[in-house]
Amino acid sequence: MIQNLLELLYLVASVTFILGLKMMSNPKSARQGNLYAAAGMTLAIIGTIFLYNNGENTSREPVKMALIFLAILVGTLIGWLTAKRVQMTKMPELVSMFNGMGGACAALIGLMEFHHNIGDTGSLLAIILGMIIGSVSFSGSVIAFLKLNGTMRKPIRIPSYNIINTIILVGTFAFGAYMVYGDTDSQTLLISLFVLSLFYGIMFVIPIGGADMPVVISLLNSFTGLAAAFGGFLYDNKVMLTGGILVGSAGTLLTIVMCKAMNRPLSNVIFGAFGDTGGVVTGASDKHGSIKDLNVNDAAVLMNYSKKVIIVPGYGLAVAQAQHVIHELEELLESRGIEVKYAIHPVAGRMPGHMNVLLAESNVDYGKLVEMEDINPEFATTDVVLVVGANDVVNPAAKTDPASPIYGMPILDVESAKNILVNKRSMNAGYAGIENELFYNPKTSMVFGDAKNVLTKLVSELKEM
Amino acid sequence: MEEILNFIGQHKEILYFVILAIFVGVEVIGKVPTVLHTPLMSGANAIHGVVIVGAIIVMLDTDMSNIPALALGFLAVVLGTLNVVGGFVVTDRMLEMFKKKK
Repeated sequence: MIQNLLELLYLVASVTFILGLKMMSNPKSARQGNLYAAAGMTLAIIGTIFLYNNGENTSREPVKMALIFLAILVGTLIGWLTAKRVQMTKMPELVSMFNGMGGACAALIGLMEFHHNIGDTGSLLAIILGMIIGSVSFSGSVIAFLKLNGTMRKPIRIPSYNIINTIILVGTFAFGAYMVYGDTDSQTLLISLFVLSLFYGIMFVIPIGGADMPVVISLLNSFTGLAAAFGGFLYDNKVMLTGGILVGSAGTLLTIVMCKAMNRPLSNVIFGAFGDTGGVVTGASDKHGSIKDLNVNDAAVLMNYSKKVIIVPGYGLAVAQAQHVIHELEELLESRGIEVKYAIHPVAGRMPGHMNVLLAESNVDYGKLVEMEDINPEFATTDVVLVVGANDVVNPAAKTDPASPIYGMPILDVESAKNILVNKRSMNAGYAGIENELFYNPKTSMVFGDAKNVLTKLVSELKEM
Repeated sequence: MEEILNFIGQHKEILYFVILAIFVGVEVIGKVPTVLHTPLMSGANAIHGVVIVGAIIVMLDTDMSNIPALALGFLAVVLGTLNVVGGFVVTDRMLEMFKKKK
């Protein structure tokens, strides 16, 4: 009866996972979907703690129960506080970290269960696969975290890394096969396989460019789901199976969808890192011409006498935390009868939807945020485009230069506008590390400075006009 | 060949389950607007935290005298909880930006 009750809870939880994910694909129901899934998860966890029974193996000594609750308390405190307090700009790396934690958990389960299941090939297969995949996901997620965090700025170029990685991967699985079928009980070998898997995870993510990290995190996300599914196979635990397979499959599809938005195939992301263009990345020609440096007052005049302004937000806006000022600017312009819209590129910022979240934080009307396909035709009738902290998403090399790492990526066609204002801190390269011909366009003027400072000055200059 | 067929025959329920679950995962993602890619990824991240159930099972099935296993199990539960709690809270924060203003 108790077992059946637990199975019921697992069933309910599984349904909430499916429902929750479905609801999260629609802005209206997304938040509730997340809450439903959280509720289901809570049921599954509490149910397991009190109702799980595996015969004489299972024991619930007070000390053990205290340990379990203490562990949950510690995890909850750290997880909750970190997630609540962190800045919006740090979200992607946080998602990566939490993903890694899940992977590590799966790996540890494998490490602990190995010796109890010697002789049972089916179980060993689930254990070893769960351990390998969980470890890869853990170490890979840590590297992704460090790259997004800025701690790992320089791309580490490893010669022929694709061949090396393939060898390590094959070796890892061969080693794993030995652990499953080779009739061994060696703790040393098990730990060695664990370390090798961790190493592969690092090698897998290190060569991939920082700009591709969101795709990598999505992929690692589905890996951890897969590791959870293997745990489910091991224990014949339906809720782990459902959650794991759902995330493994949905995560894989989401990764592919994200790649499509960047117009780069997944194979290009994983195997064709920037180093592939051979030699130093300069892309376009060397004859740039000169840039025009405009001061804020002149920029304000330009904007004041325009009828239509499109703002292109980028990561720089987030870094400067200038989203509130830009909203103020937008409202000021609109109060003078100037039409203002925001052009949102699918991968602007550090993750898809980054700009939307940032601007929503400052109460920008949702209707003013226009997706790339819809806004591109409007640039031709726009008087002023204000590019704030965005670079690669407005780089014409994506259309004109086959040698460029961003070639083929759809961009915002700001070049067709009458005037282009670009706000950056300096002439330093953007995230992709390449030159941007847009800055040398005769219609373009650079407005140098920190986004928040520049925008604040723009607002005050405009107020005086 | 016969071994494979035997395997399929003996495990048919679970095979159906896996295949159906994979399709559900794919269908559920369906038409996701770009703006929701990241929150969805974060939500899926939280859901795979269900691996914590496995960690709890390990702890419950571990003998009290096995201190190393209890310690590792404790760590595993902490990690799993981080995934679950952190995951759902981060997702909620991303999604609270979507509330209708009007």
